[in-house]
Amino acid sequence: MREVALIGSGVTEFGELWEKSLADLVAEAGITAIMDAGIDGTDIDALYIGGMSAGRFVGQEHLGSLAAEVAGLSDLHIPATRVEAACASGGLALHSGYLAVASGAYDVVVVGGAEKMTDVPGTEATNILASAANREWEAFFGATFPGLYALMARYHMHKHGTTSKQLAQVAVKNHHNGTLNPKAQYQRKISVEDVLNSTMVADPLHLLDCSPITDGAAAVVVASVETARQFTDQPVRIMASCHASDSISLSERSRFDALPAAVSAARCAYRQAGVEPTDIDFAEVHDCFTIAEIMAIEDLGFVDRGQGGPATEDGLTARDGDIPVNTSGGLKSKGHPVGATGIAQIHELMLQLRGQAGQRQVEKADIGLSHNVGGSGGTAVIHILEAI
Amino acid sequence: MAVPRYWREIPQRYNLVGTKCGSCGKIYFPPKVVCPTCRRKSLGHMEDCALAGRGTVESYTVIYAPPPHFEGEEPYTMALIKMDEGCYLMGQVVDLEPQEIHIGLRVEACFRRIYEDGTRGAIQYGYKFKKMEEAETP
Repeated sequence: MREVALIGSGVTEFGELWEKSLADLVAEAGITAIMDAGIDGTDIDALYIGGMSAGRFVGQEHLGSLAAEVAGLSDLHIPATRVEAACASGGLALHSGYLAVASGAYDVVVVGGAEKMTDVPGTEATNILASAANREWEAFFGATFPGLYALMARYHMHKHGTTSKQLAQVAVKNHHNGTLNPKAQYQRKISVEDVLNSTMVADPLHLLDCSPITDGAAAVVVASVETARQFTDQPVRIMASCHASDSISLSERSRFDALPAAVSAARCAYRQAGVEPTDIDFAEVHDCFTIAEIMAIEDLGFVDRGQGGPATEDGLTARDGDIPVNTSGGLKSKGHPVGATGIAQIHELMLQLRGQAGQRQVEKADIGLSHNVGGSGGTAVIHILEAI
Repeated sequence: MAVPRYWREIPQRYNLVGTKCGSCGKIYFPPKVVCPTCRRKSLGHMEDCALAGRGTVESYTVIYAPPPHFEGEEPYTMALIKMDEGCYLMGQVVDLEPQEIHIGLRVEACFRRIYEDGTRGAIQYGYKFKKMEEAETP
C-alpha cells in the first residue's frame, strides 16, 4: 500500500440554504477543494461522493454522475462513485478514495459529501433519517433517531452516573466553538440552562442535545504522497483510514453504553498509524447527539469508560483543554448535512493541521483524528491525519 | 410507503416467534437464518422458538417528536427490553404514565395496533409491552 495524502479541501456554508440546490452545493464544495489543491480537471483520476438519502430528500439518485456533470468533468469519463453508509457516507467515501489511491489504482481522486435536507418537513426528515435504523424492527414500532440515542443516553446515565447537565455541556462547548466558525449553521453561544429548558425530543435528550437538519457539502482532494508534493507544499498525510461495521439494530449490539464499531475502528486506526490515544492532539467526533460525543471520547480511549461526562465538565475537550474536540462546532453547532459530515470533519482537521483555522486554531495541531458514525453505530469510520 | 411491505407476512410481529440455534441453543429475535456464534454449524439448524413474551426494561425513552405515522401519539414510551430468553428487542411500553417507566421494570408483550396509514390505508398491528400484571413467583 502506498502512502496517501490530502492536498486540498473545501466546504460550503452550512445551514438552511433554500436558494441552493444539491447540485449547486456539490459544485461549490468540489470546485473549492480543487482550487485549494491547485489541480486541474485532467489531473483527476476518479470521483467519490458520499450521500445518505438524496433520493428521498430531493428525489435525486446517481450522485456520482451528477458530481461529474456539475464539476465540468463529464467529458473526461472518469469513474464516479456514490458511497452510502447513512451519516458515515462522507467518511466512507474518503475511505474508498484512500484505498483506491493507496492501492495504486489512481493517483489523484476528489472525494465529496453532500446532503440537502431542508426541502422536506421536519417530521419527514425524521422519517428519512430513521431509514438508517432497522426499518422493520425498530422504526416500524415508532423508534426515531433521537430515540435510539436517548436509549443509549439513559443506559449510560444509569450505568455510569452521567448527568443531563454533562450532556448539555457538550452542546455548550460545541456552540461556543461554532461562534468562531463562519461556515457554521449556528454561530451563537448557548448555556446549560438553555439546553435543559429546551423542548424534550426524546427523553433525556432535549432539542439542544440534538444536531440540526442542515444543507451543505464538503470535498477533499486525495493524492499519493509522491504526487502530492507536485501540487502543494502543505500536504496532510493520512496515517490511518479504518472502517468498521456492527448490527444495524441497536437491540443486537453487545453493549449499549458504547459503539462497538467505533471501538473497533479506533483500535484499527491506532494500530495502522502507530500511535496511542495520548498522541492525538485534537479530534472531530460525531456528536449527532450530545451523548454521542460522550461515548465517542470513551470509545476513542481519550478517557476511561464512564468518564466522558465528568471529563467534559472539567473542560478536557474544550478548545484550550488537553484534547480539543469539535473545534469546528461539531455536528451540533456547525450543522449535520449527513452525507457531507464525514468530509467536513476532514476539512476542519486540514485547517487545524495547516494552521489555517483562524480564531479557533488550537495550539498544538500535529496529529488529528476524525470519528464519523453511521446510524446508531452500525458503521464507524475513523481517520488519523498528520501535517507533513 | 408501498403496500407489499405492510402486507408481507411477518408472523413474528404478532406472535413473538424467534429462532433457536440448534447448535448452541441461543435464542434470537427477530428470527435469524444463521447464528452469529456458530455460523456455518448453525445452517439448517435454526428452529422456530416462541418467546414467553416476558422481559425487563434495560433502557427507555419517551418520544416527543414522532415520525409522520405516529403524529398525535406523542408522548409515547419506547424501551429496549431484555427478554427472559436472553435476546433484546425494542418496542413501545403502553398503558402506563411516562413517569412510571424505569430500568428494571418487568413487562409483558401484548398485541396492539401500531399505526394506521392515514384514514383509508392499511392498519398495522404488532407487539407492544405493558407492565406485568401478576406478581411473579421467584
